[in-house]
Amino acid sequence: MTIAAPDPTAVSAILEELPGDRRSTFGRALGFARRQPLGSFGIVLVAIMGVAGLGADWIAPYSPTANDFAAMTEAPSWAHWLGTDQFGRDLLSRIIFGARTALIVGFSAAIVSSFAGLVLGVGSAYFGGRIDLYLQRLLDIVMAFPLIILALAVVAIFGTGLHNVIVAITIPLIPRCARIVRSSALAIREVPYVDAARACGFGHSRIILRHMVPNVMAPFLILLTAFVGQAILAEASLSYLGLGVQEPTPAWGLMLQGGAEEYASTAPWIAIFPGLAIALTVFGFSLFGDALRDALDPKLRDR
Amino acid sequence: MYRYVVQRILLVVPTLLGAAALVFLLMRLIPGDICVTRLGSGGGTFDERAVAACHAELGLDRPVFLQFLDFVWGLFRFDFGTSMWSGKPVSYEIAARFPISLEIAILATVVAIVIAIPLGTISALKQNSAVDVVVRTVAIAGLATPSFWLGILIILLILNVSQAAFGSPWMPPIDYVPLWKDPVRNLSMAIWPAITVGYRYAAVTMRMTRSTMLEVLREDYIRTARAKGLIERIVINRHALKNALLPVVTLIGIESAFLIGGLVVTEQVFNLNGIGRLFVQAVQNQDYTLTQALVMLVVAVFVFTNTFVDLVYAWLDPRIRFA
Repeated sequence: MTIAAPDPTAVSAILEELPGDRRSTFGRALGFARRQPLGSFGIVLVAIMGVAGLGADWIAPYSPTANDFAAMTEAPSWAHWLGTDQFGRDLLSRIIFGARTALIVGFSAAIVSSFAGLVLGVGSAYFGGRIDLYLQRLLDIVMAFPLIILALAVVAIFGTGLHNVIVAITIPLIPRCARIVRSSALAIREVPYVDAARACGFGHSRIILRHMVPNVMAPFLILLTAFVGQAILAEASLSYLGLGVQEPTPAWGLMLQGGAEEYASTAPWIAIFPGLAIALTVFGFSLFGDALRDALDPKLRDR
Repeated sequence: MYRYVVQRILLVVPTLLGAAALVFLLMRLIPGDICVTRLGSGGGTFDERAVAACHAELGLDRPVFLQFLDFVWGLFRFDFGTSMWSGKPVSYEIAARFPISLEIAILATVVAIVIAIPLGTISALKQNSAVDVVVRTVAIAGLATPSFWLGILIILLILNVSQAAFGSPWMPPIDYVPLWKDPVRNLSMAIWPAITVGYRYAAVTMRMTRSTMLEVLREDYIRTARAKGLIERIVINRHALKNALLPVVTLIGIESAFLIGGLVVTEQVFNLNGIGRLFVQAVQNQDYTLTQALVMLVVAVFVFTNTFVDLVYAWLDPRIRFA
């Protein structure tokens, strides 16, 4: 058996990706933007929403709940860039504060559900046997409920409001993550270093945390990003139905409820801008997720 | 084949039983006593006897295990109890609203397939062309657009166009007329929500058609078909498309879950009295008997659709049925 000499171009290509990269941060960002133009656009969209959500108190020109009865259903102008709603509230400010609500729900639901899914998925794959069988059948059953239907059922039990909405969206996402993490973890369980770790007498928790979890990080992170978008969309739907976040909390779905249709012909901006905010945010997260998938797991490309 | 069909159909039973158990448990997680909430909501006074009578009526005075058996036995007989809100049998409430939701769902699927498969195929055949870029952008936008917002935009468009064309705004009718009685009126009501729900469906199907088509076009047998001089149309239709559509069939089954979810919000936008709207009302009114029946109905439809899709898939692809 002969050992091929390493291909010098391949080595330099790998070096370019290493953390020790000599280029400036800006140069690296430019490189990423060239390779992943759509992904960069997604990151920009996500960043804008992030800044809006975090800095809403400083950025928003008006209070999201302040009524100006002298300026109801007013068209976009210099005073109100995106116009006002039927209660004379500034739409731009409500959209900026709505970003906060959307991101709180999106990130909490995505993080909690994917971590629960990670634990269940890796655990199920690692222990195998009966535990795996029963857990998978249980997850099958939960998966038989369409996301929004299960979320509505949970709302029916616990009621509406920010926290309950997060719970309602988290529960249906858990099995979707567990399923995918399990299939990745099953492959890793068969890899010799896991056997080696077991032969060394390491405990379950050490093998799971140190040897299996790091290796399912790629699909896990991709899922996490996808979940943020899905959770934001689900929150908007629930709030639109009047079963999610409640007034006076500014939320995009809630802004489309009631006034949007009633004033469709006289004040279309009430209907257009909040929906655009939802669509752009979800769009941003899905582009970002796609780029992340290409960067972390080339095998999954084109799927 | 028969073995596979029987196995697949038998798998439906434990899934549905499990779902029934989950729904039953969830509805018992409701904090407080349903009867106290129900009697107290009127604001009047009530005594212990009224609560006991209410418990007896809902069967809550019996052991939990027997309650569950009652629930499952009821499901088999299509007896879901009476709606706590309207007082009418749940099956009556559902039957009155089922046709409209079914029609929109079927129309949406048709809209999606008619748009998605040709566009996805063209997009794959002309990879990286201007057409391809447009189709892909439309598809990605379809994944991000909330269906209720699209519905509102469609209403906005109808209002403005009709205002400009006829001088007075026109809105689609909201009362259900069966297709065979007045097809024009029926379709002028159902087509808008069908497009609204169908857009997302079309977007996903388009992406899938494009990517499987790209894969299939690189196969050896396509090159062979071309090499032996078959005209391109036959190569595409008979050799490529037939194989590329297999995963699309599965996708249509999986996406039916989104279709149901889409109906819930879209019916609200267009003010249609379908199953989705009934579901929202049941949750708003805290009508637990209606909610649990509707959840079970949706789950059953979803599970049966997926089973049906799996069977169609096995029929189309011999590798599955003999595996």
